[in-house]
Amino acid sequence: MATTLATKRLSKELAKITDIMPDGLTLVSATDFTSWTIDLTVLDANPLYLNQTFRLKFLFSDKYPMEPPEVVFVSLHEPPRPIPMHPHIYSNGIICLDLLGQNGWSPVQNVQSICVSLQSMLTGNSKNERPEGDTAFVATNRQRPRDINFYYHDDKV
Amino acid sequence: MDSDDEYMSGLSSEGEDNILQDESDEEGSDGDDFGFEDDEEPEPDLGYSQKDSVKKEKKSFDINFKVYHPADIQTQQDELINEVNMILDIRKEDAAILLRHFRWNKERLIEDYMDRPNKVLESAGLGPSTSGLQLESIMGFTCDICYEDDGTQTFAMKCGHRYCVDCYKQYLGQKIIEEGEAARIQCPNDGCKRIMDSKSLDLLVTADLQQRYHEILTRTFVEDKDHLKWCPAPDCQNAIECGIKKKDLDKVVPTVACDCKHRFCFGCGIPDHQPAPCDLVKKWLKKCADDSETANWISANTKECPKCGSTIEKNGGCNHMTCRKCKNEFCWMCMGIWSEHGTSWYNCNRFEEKSGSEARDAQAKSRISLERYLHYYNRYANHELSAKLDKDLYQKTEKKMIQLQTASGMSWIEVQYLNTASQALQTCRQTLKWTYAFAFYLARNNLTIMFEDNQKDLEMAVEALSEMFEKPVTELADAKLKVDIMDKTSYCNKRRVILLADTADNLANGVWSWGISF
Repeated sequence: MATTLATKRLSKELAKITDIMPDGLTLVSATDFTSWTIDLTVLDANPLYLNQTFRLKFLFSDKYPMEPPEVVFVSLHEPPRPIPMHPHIYSNGIICLDLLGQNGWSPVQNVQSICVSLQSMLTGNSKNERPEGDTAFVATNRQRPRDINFYYHDDKV
Repeated sequence: MDSDDEYMSGLSSEGEDNILQDESDEEGSDGDDFGFEDDEEPEPDLGYSQKDSVKKEKKSFDINFKVYHPADIQTQQDELINEVNMILDIRKEDAAILLRHFRWNKERLIEDYMDRPNKVLESAGLGPSTSGLQLESIMGFTCDICYEDDGTQTFAMKCGHRYCVDCYKQYLGQKIIEEGEAARIQCPNDGCKRIMDSKSLDLLVTADLQQRYHEILTRTFVEDKDHLKWCPAPDCQNAIECGIKKKDLDKVVPTVACDCKHRFCFGCGIPDHQPAPCDLVKKWLKKCADDSETANWISANTKECPKCGSTIEKNGGCNHMTCRKCKNEFCWMCMGIWSEHGTSWYNCNRFEEKSGSEARDAQAKSRISLERYLHYYNRYANHELSAKLDKDLYQKTEKKMIQLQTASGMSWIEVQYLNTASQALQTCRQTLKWTYAFAFYLARNNLTIMFEDNQKDLEMAVEALSEMFEKPVTELADAKLKVDIMDKTSYCNKRRVILLADTADNLANGVWSWGISF
């Protein structure tokens, strides 16, 4: 039952985004309904992210959309896909965003709305920095992003 | 039961606590709820008159509490909900949500609601309503969760966010089963704060999910209330109500007994640790568990090679040491180089020299403190172990009792004294165990000497009873031994009460003086 809902829902989402993809988003791969990759650019001229493209990786469980997907930035040399500098994005690509946690997630959210949220999260940022304790977190974290209890300290950045 | 009230009023301030306590007293006098006293002070069956007089006597270390079974917890919730439903004239489902939002503080809810009803409703997730509650199928409706538009049944709470019933089912299943939520499940729509009420839920999900939902709701009811706690025994579904305040825990050791016979401290949840207060217990357990005592042992029993610094334990032999690691030869006594030791090879004549004396003093101190700790720890651990063995014995007791019935022709009721004795043994050992942790922290004075006398009396009685109890069945059948066991059981219980009452009084009056702070 759960598998059917996730699959049905993702196939509809896929049909929609292959049809028209919003600006700044490119579907890289979506061969199955467990993992998708999407390239993302920032729409305005934020000097922090000028001429850069970032790669997002989505992992869907069979509980999707009741459960949020796991979304991380991945880095790549060719083509160049860095991890964006942001006070809520760790250098290993893990994103600290309440929308992606169990409490902030709502099943009416979808892949596209997550991408748009991330775009605006980057657009609104002016700080060229990593989260506090990035080095320690990246060195020691073995948990999956969804199991980490982020403390969503502010929504402004 | 007057003495109960007086005692409690000294512990808790006014307010609903007292009201609830009074209730518990009334019901307690019916007999059933205070059944634990039978377990705690197992009295030999010497006739009802004596037993009753023992029951009425309130001991100063006893506290008032009440055991709630799952049905009682439900009733309590329902009563509160009905009350709010009547006073505020709102739906019962809404009353339940409001009460949970206010963590079951009825007075505050009513007061706040009277002042600003809309604000209260809004913050509890009960914003303004637009439609009734029913399942509908609407033509041309597309569900925002599954993106289907096949015209199935749909549902919306009063916030108007509509989804198909299947999606709702999965959403609620996820929240209830996977996330263990119940009281604060919000509308699936992003940012909508409306809380799922139980009536809507009942419309949507299957019976087993409903049951789980109500279980979790009950759970939050107990967890939300400060004077309610779950019985920590495995598989026990009861909750205990006790009006003890956190700040009083240095003066009272609130041991409660669930109907499942599990006795535990209401303050910290671990098994009964009278007479020692919670903070002392915590410190003691930490001390026993962590490495600090290992370090203490090392410093008391080892020395370091003066050349390479390796830690060496001397486990026999003469004072001429040769370090295994660096082959340095030295004297264990003065730590000086052995070749400079002169002619008195096996007798260190430099022992009184000043240079090493400071190090030796520190070592001696450390050794004394370790010995002191080990003295108390060994006795503590011994009683813990014995209590475990007694428990094993208790399981064999029943068999023993049946054997006894056939061997001696005694009736079931006539062999119950063994059961009582076994329970007394366990309770007394539990108490004794903690008296040693307690004594470790005490400073030496007259009170402590009295305490140790009481401790000794109880310990001797317990050991004597334990010995009698282990006799083979053939001897147990002897009428004289039966009387002896019954006498000893009752004596043990009395000694325990005396010890606990004395300790509890001194604790309540703050007259103990502590040698080691905790």
